[in-house]
Amino acid sequence: MNDTRPKSVLTRLVSWVIFVGISLYFLVPLFATFLQSIKPKPNGVPDPTLAYRTVLGLQGFYVGLGYSFAIGVITILISLLIIVPTAYWVRLRAPRLRPVVEFVTLLPFVIPPVVYVFGLIRTYGSPPFLLLATNTGSDTVLVGAYVILSFPYMYRAVDTGLAAIDVRSLTEASQSLGAGWTRILLRVILPNIRTAILSGAFLTLAIVVGEFTIATYLARNWAFGPYLSLLGRTQPYTPAVVTLISFALTWIAMLLIAFIGRGSRTRVQVAGAR
Amino acid sequence: MSYLSLTEVQKRFGEFHAVQDFNLSAEQGEFVSFLGPSGCGKTTTLRMIAGFEQPTSGSISIKGQDVTRVPPNRRNVGMVFQSYALFPNMTVADNIGFGLKVRKRPPDQIKKRVAELLETVNLPEKGNRYPYQLSGGQQQRVALARALAFEPQVLLLDEPLSALDAKIRVALRHEIRSIQRQLGITTVYVTHDQEEALSLSDRVVVMSEGRMEQVGTPFEIYNFPSTAFVASFVGTLNVLPGVVADAGRGELTIAGQPVRLASGFEGSRGREVKVALRPEMVSLGAATNGQNQLTGKVSDVSFLGSIVRMRVALGGEGGPVVVCDEFNEPTLKLPNLEDTVTVNFPQDGPLVLDPKAPVESVEELIAEA
Repeated sequence: MNDTRPKSVLTRLVSWVIFVGISLYFLVPLFATFLQSIKPKPNGVPDPTLAYRTVLGLQGFYVGLGYSFAIGVITILISLLIIVPTAYWVRLRAPRLRPVVEFVTLLPFVIPPVVYVFGLIRTYGSPPFLLLATNTGSDTVLVGAYVILSFPYMYRAVDTGLAAIDVRSLTEASQSLGAGWTRILLRVILPNIRTAILSGAFLTLAIVVGEFTIATYLARNWAFGPYLSLLGRTQPYTPAVVTLISFALTWIAMLLIAFIGRGSRTRVQVAGAR
Repeated sequence: MSYLSLTEVQKRFGEFHAVQDFNLSAEQGEFVSFLGPSGCGKTTTLRMIAGFEQPTSGSISIKGQDVTRVPPNRRNVGMVFQSYALFPNMTVADNIGFGLKVRKRPPDQIKKRVAELLETVNLPEKGNRYPYQLSGGQQQRVALARALAFEPQVLLLDEPLSALDAKIRVALRHEIRSIQRQLGITTVYVTHDQEEALSLSDRVVVMSEGRMEQVGTPFEIYNFPSTAFVASFVGTLNVLPGVVADAGRGELTIAGQPVRLASGFEGSRGREVKVALRPEMVSLGAATNGQNQLTGKVSDVSFLGSIVRMRVALGGEGGPVVVCDEFNEPTLKLPNLEDTVTVNFPQDGPLVLDPKAPVESVEELIAEA
């Protein structure tokens, strides 16, 4: 009993040291990037906003962001259409298939993007599935590739959301009340995994918007990732600004998840009197 | 023709026979309970009526219509779940109105019906609350209202009270019965709680290992159990070892002490038998008016609210134990542990069971006697 207090203080101290260490590891490069972004001295006169003005004045920045954002949204919609019914069905009717589905959704982590994109080019760059000859075809292949890339994030997010609710009872309750599958999914299941879907969606968006390898090899050089890379090679201070903007976008996405999930009403008392 | 009918229903999961030879006919407005231990097939049978499980063979019909292959959302059967299964994203009113919305009823009609049901389940002010804002008992009331809202042909309740604490459980079961009587809806209730089944039901189906052991009114089930399983599962039962003295005259010994039954039974002298005796038949004190009496040492005394349950080791420590229930009243003088006491019971109280054929019909034995 006597050594409880010293141990507790030591544990707290170690926790703080780890917390501060990790925070510094994360924040120092960010701060250094910020310093780099305000460094320009045209004609020897400091102009801290020059790099920001330059980036925000570049048309390619908006084109790249808009294009990647649009591709991201389409990717999210298709990924949701595939993942939500699959994860739901596996939880409800085929729980034994879960390890298989988990493995399949993890494949994008195992196969390097550069290998993957060469496979895509080989398959869709020549007949009989020639899609890469046109812009629409290439965009389609890009979306398809991103849908696959989104699987690990989307499946895990959705599956975690489904684990938090009693999928079977809610489904059977809906059925006994006369609901068909579409209504059950749209009115009962989806609203109750809203936060999980949003986190999967934002993660997917963040990955798609910053993705470089696949977009470059599919000749989508105006996509946000390749555009940032191009900017870094041609201009001295703007990459720092773009990095900070990317960070800001990711953080805004995460804050949105936290904000939207804040009012979640999915909390339900399963048993017992209050 | 019966309202709800299950004919030769069987359910197998691989090699496992979950339900076997299940036959039941329930009349309109009848309250039937499936009672049995965990894994006896009662919930599987209920789920087959709901349509969540398909029978391996046999048929189920409601109101004369075969629904064996009808999907659950077209059966018009209301169900209340143990876990409530309320939709967390919807208010209480939306939960109750869900089934009506599915049936495309006009909004004003839905609103009226929801208000009616909120009154019925005594939650008139809770329509705008979310499930997580309600207590367990209130959530189950909402689940009941939701299941009743669309006027189902049959109401199914799957251990609806088992997640609630004892006091709420008793209060709510009376409410369920009262609402069921008021609406006259045919109801099937699954429980492993014998008190619940006996107090609520018009008829009880006692199940064991996928089979129906007995179907009868609570009175029949309790007083005339047709198998040893029913006798031991429903209520507390003393099963004491006896030795036949004169079977024709109904004489035997228990722990070496003579016992005389109201009528004779079959068995040769010296044969070992089992004697079944309900605790409420046994009282403290010496016998009067030709009753039987046995002497032993008190091994345990426990309070169960309105009754006090005593365990008496007949013939002393290590002897067969007889459980004796006394009504708890202030004048009751309780013995101490290790006290030597005498207990008595009427001659027509015990039933003699054959130990080598333990599942013989107790009812038949009574009839023979």
